[in-house]
Amino acid sequence: MASGIRFDKVSVAYGANTVLHSLDLTVEPGEVMALLGPSGSGKTTALRAVAGFVRPASGRVLIGDRDVTDLPPHRRGIGMVVQQYALFPHLRVEDNVAFGLKAQKVAKAEIPARVTEALEMTGMASYAKRYPRELSGGQQQRVAIARALAIRPGVLLLDEPLSALDAQLRSGMLAELARLHRELPDVSILYVTHDQVEALTLADRIAVMDKARLQDCGTPQELYRRPRTEFTASFVGNANLLPVQVGSGSVSFAGAQLKVPTGDVASGVSATLCVRPHLVGLGDGPNALTGSVSEVQWRGSTHRLYVDVDGHRLKADLRELRTPPALGDEVTVHFAPEDAVLLSAGVSKDG
Amino acid sequence: MASATLSAPVNKAANPRKGMPKWVWALPPVAVLALVFLYPLALVVQQSVQPDTGGTSLKPYADVFASSAFREALGTTVWLALGATVGCLVLGFALALVIAFVPFPGGKAVAKFIDVFLSFPSFLITLALLFVYGSVGMANGLWTDVTGAASGPFQFLTTPWGVLLAEITYFTPFVMRPLLAAFSQIETAQLEVASSLGAKPARIIRQVILPEALPALAAGGSLVLVMCLNEFGIVLFTGAKGVTTLPMLVYSKAILESDYPGACVVAVVNVLISVGLYGLYRVVSRRAGA
Repeated sequence: MASGIRFDKVSVAYGANTVLHSLDLTVEPGEVMALLGPSGSGKTTALRAVAGFVRPASGRVLIGDRDVTDLPPHRRGIGMVVQQYALFPHLRVEDNVAFGLKAQKVAKAEIPARVTEALEMTGMASYAKRYPRELSGGQQQRVAIARALAIRPGVLLLDEPLSALDAQLRSGMLAELARLHRELPDVSILYVTHDQVEALTLADRIAVMDKARLQDCGTPQELYRRPRTEFTASFVGNANLLPVQVGSGSVSFAGAQLKVPTGDVASGVSATLCVRPHLVGLGDGPNALTGSVSEVQWRGSTHRLYVDVDGHRLKADLRELRTPPALGDEVTVHFAPEDAVLLSAGVSKDG
Repeated sequence: MASATLSAPVNKAANPRKGMPKWVWALPPVAVLALVFLYPLALVVQQSVQPDTGGTSLKPYADVFASSAFREALGTTVWLALGATVGCLVLGFALALVIAFVPFPGGKAVAKFIDVFLSFPSFLITLALLFVYGSVGMANGLWTDVTGAASGPFQFLTTPWGVLLAEITYFTPFVMRPLLAAFSQIETAQLEVASSLGAKPARIIRQVILPEALPALAAGGSLVLVMCLNEFGIVLFTGAKGVTTLPMLVYSKAILESDYPGACVVAVVNVLISVGLYGLYRVVSRRAGA
């Protein structure tokens, strides 16, 4: 039953417009892979290539060991959940869930039990007789998930499944999805989202997409703590991206020498230093930088300060301050050397 | 709906200030309606109970109902209308499916052409069919040229089948229009999810598209049914002498036989059937939740 997904140099083009460029990606059996990227990055196209709704111009899509590139969608055995639920409005909840079982010619006697099982898994068993229009958005999405799970797919495709829900419901559903995956450890999940929190929370690995290409792929921790590119750094979590000149064991930024691990980056080149805003502290400390406050945002539990350091805007997320600085105040901020990451990709001489 | 209920009290409050009760505004349209529609209709009903022999009686009804010509016409009208409606629904559903869900170059143009087609007069279609299948039409001409026979094999145009063909050809777009509108409302995501769940196209059409298009089918079908019941031009233009429908009967009684009471009786029956079917449609469609 356990079957992964493999993209083998998959390209998709509409006319001259390439919307997915030679994607190589493997989702291991039982793994949750998030495809994270802004709209137009090709992430949904990749998902639709697995489902069979777009035909790759070149490359192959494999589910398990099966090359499904030329198979029509109805022969791929995939569960799919989309943003707008797409429940069949004229069918009761139970008939929506039974739809796939009937289409796959499951024995009639077996269907009611399978429907109940799927609905219980998503906590919707008591709504079996309702029509979709009688349910809230969150409930409809649970039914949609139950409908996808009822056919016991080896692969589950989730296309922005929580985007239509409000913030509170979304975090509840995230926990729910995580629980479902624990209960169904064999199901490989491809999860398309533009929301970094969903990706960080749910995914075993995240594939970061931009401009029709795979930019980066790794565990959430790797991508968050050790991003390789500016795009990953800014899209997975928040980031200060500072243009620096690399020295030996330190970098220079705005006339200040900052002690950061430079790894194997050659001395003398221009590079970008990534510092997470919540790792920036107020006051004196290691790697201190002084600038004037250009904006203060109170966010309840935190204050976000924007500090102008020699023309560069530095973001700092600080635990709520008793007396936040006023606009234009001179402040000093700092960060620990180990909290800074020198982005190794895209480093160029004199860049 | 909400805005209507909200605005109602405002209107009530505003009316006394204007000093004009609301129903006054209804008078002109009602008057026009009465003059051009209800009054002639009343005249027809009145005429139908006034036989030429004088007085008021239901004798014209008894006479008409007793005549075999009327019963034949009634039968012909109903089966032609039902047949044409079924044909339009089947053909219209199939064509609308292709236009809506099978992307092909020029699909948009075809959809636009259907709008134009609706504006054509009905006899135009019959005329076109005459050119193609008429006794001296293209098809028969080709046949006689090739085989040297005296007449071609296509002689169905003057039979009820010819009328049926012409009515289906002409009225199918009336079914397609609401269907295309209904199809455009169906989320593509529903169809995609259905196929990912393992449903083949036939099952998707049967279990997803058809149920969601039922109200549109009912609307288009009932429209076509009523229009077929009252169709006159098509029957006249096919020159099918053996095919007498109720409107044809009205025409021949009134114009050819000068039997006005008889014509009016048939007309009243025709109106009652139309209104009755329309009422039935409203009841059914409301129950279906359309």
